[in-house]
Amino acid sequence: MIKPTPSRQQSLPPPRKPRIAVLKLASCDGCQLAFLGLGNRLLELAAMVEFVHFAEMGPLGSLTDLDITFIEGSLSTQEDLETVRSVRKESRYLVTIGACATSGGIQALRNLTSGDPLASVYPSPDFIDFLAHSTPVSSEVPVDLELWGCPVTGDQVLGALRTILLGAPPPVEHDKVCLECKRRGISCVTVTKGVPCLGPVTLTGCGALCPSFGRGCYGCFGPSENPETASLARTFSGLGLTPDEVARRFLFINSNAGPFREEGERWQEG
Amino acid sequence: MTEATGGFLERERFCALFDLLRERGYHLVGPRIRDGAIVYGEVSGPEDLPHGVRDLQGAASYRLAPGESGRHFAWANGPQALKPLLFFPRETLWESRREPDGSLSFSSPDSPSKPLAIIGVRACDLSALDLQDRHFGKGPFPDPFYAARRRDLFLIAVDCSHPAETCFCASTGDGPEARSGFDLALGEIDEGFLVRAGSEKGRDLLRDLPLSPSDPHMEEALNHQTDQARNSQRRALPSRNLRGLLAARPDHPHWNDLATRCLSCGNCTSVCPTCFCFSEHEDTSLDGRTSRHVRQWDSCFTPGHSYIHPAPLRGETRFRYRQWLTHKLDYWHDQYGRSGCVGCGRCVSWCPVGIDFTADLPLLLEEPHGG
Repeated sequence: MIKPTPSRQQSLPPPRKPRIAVLKLASCDGCQLAFLGLGNRLLELAAMVEFVHFAEMGPLGSLTDLDITFIEGSLSTQEDLETVRSVRKESRYLVTIGACATSGGIQALRNLTSGDPLASVYPSPDFIDFLAHSTPVSSEVPVDLELWGCPVTGDQVLGALRTILLGAPPPVEHDKVCLECKRRGISCVTVTKGVPCLGPVTLTGCGALCPSFGRGCYGCFGPSENPETASLARTFSGLGLTPDEVARRFLFINSNAGPFREEGERWQEG
Repeated sequence: MTEATGGFLERERFCALFDLLRERGYHLVGPRIRDGAIVYGEVSGPEDLPHGVRDLQGAASYRLAPGESGRHFAWANGPQALKPLLFFPRETLWESRREPDGSLSFSSPDSPSKPLAIIGVRACDLSALDLQDRHFGKGPFPDPFYAARRRDLFLIAVDCSHPAETCFCASTGDGPEARSGFDLALGEIDEGFLVRAGSEKGRDLLRDLPLSPSDPHMEEALNHQTDQARNSQRRALPSRNLRGLLAARPDHPHWNDLATRCLSCGNCTSVCPTCFCFSEHEDTSLDGRTSRHVRQWDSCFTPGHSYIHPAPLRGETRFRYRQWLTHKLDYWHDQYGRSGCVGCGRCVSWCPVGIDFTADLPLLLEEPHGG
């Protein structure tokens, strides 16, 4: 739920189209595609708002006097920190889109390693001013709305826009992937095939995409409300996964999200 | 048995039933194999049904395996009963629109076009349907969406011949044979089907089926098979009425034990053929001019189910599990005059961690050790 500060409670000034920025930090650009994949709804949206800055789409205007800023990507460099501090001051609403901006993303796996993982990836890591950890935007500045997902969907970003622009009730998901699986009539992959699936501890929003193709959930949308990770991890172990394999299920796309990180680390330690 | 109320339908002539129903304007739904389970779907003839297949079920396990060759119904049940066909998992109840003059208008979606005939309904699911009828279809405010689908339904039951290991309908008094609530019922034997009618609609269709008189050996074979199906069930609910007994034990320590296993994922309530909880939300268009009011399946395992400002009343899993079981087995009696469990065993098979409440219930009914 959005809790606007008193100064933000006034409605948007009518004569001007809302000024929107879509920013990218350490990320793959996939969440920006949630906008670009909207089809006709993108044209409708473009008539309603002004995209001031949106690299994936084209405009690269200055990041000042913004009504809504969407941020994709995690905080990985010193420059990222400076960008979010500055953009927070310039934005009435700040919305994170995706696992990276919301929990630190898959690149937060490096938080769990000792040594120097960047040196094994980049030939000259000296040119990168990287931080010790990959962290969510909320670790540095207050965030008004967090959209989980890897990537987020068009419906999520439109839902956020409707909530902020029109005051429509926010389409907040609380349910676990299992409920969506059952609503869609998908047979449980764990029960029918013994496939380890994170669905019982993961927030839905993807529409139970992976189980609909017979695969277990990867936890892209992050930990659900009341995630009973301990019981699920024991079930994974019962399905034949080694402790390290159990740990890797939780330490994946949202490895830096509290309940997943804690469960994963428990099994890593053995 | 006379031809007026029943008879024998050869397996080779099974398709006549499908043809007759289609001629009478029904859309045919029956069991099909999809993604490793038997689920209801559109069928056009006997060739679409599972054939020579059985289901091996256990706690957190459902597998299909080769079964008795030639049989169409030598299996117990799949993940879903009739519930999703009548109480849709998600549907729009109304749409509101802001008109150019500023007024609001409301419209409801059209009712279903074609009535459904459902083939292969089990006794447990007929009992569950009766409970859903009492919840959605009766009383001063019947649900118009449910009622419209229910009114035109044609139900072809099948006596259950091969209960799964998870089944316990004999102990709840709901099966294994179909007793009421159907239009036609089939008793499957090797040679074909003993058909009987359970309603005026059923008798009317029966007259046009190519039946021959059944012989006493067939009747005997069917009775024997049903007895076997009843006696093979190993799980059971206590035969006594549990009204008041679970509600009197809110602090029983075994609830905590259940909570260490329960995922609070809602699979049990979703596959339960009698669970009826739903939530509603608005799906607003981008321009804010129209909004769809949507209903979808909810569960007592979600935070929204018990949310009263500022927090869910049942925040922890142990309270949610306690709510599900206490409602289902105890105060359901006050609401609907019987327990909410029909013994289908789905909550046992489809629980990802394999909680089997038929095993936990006796422990909850014992006096806790050490006070």
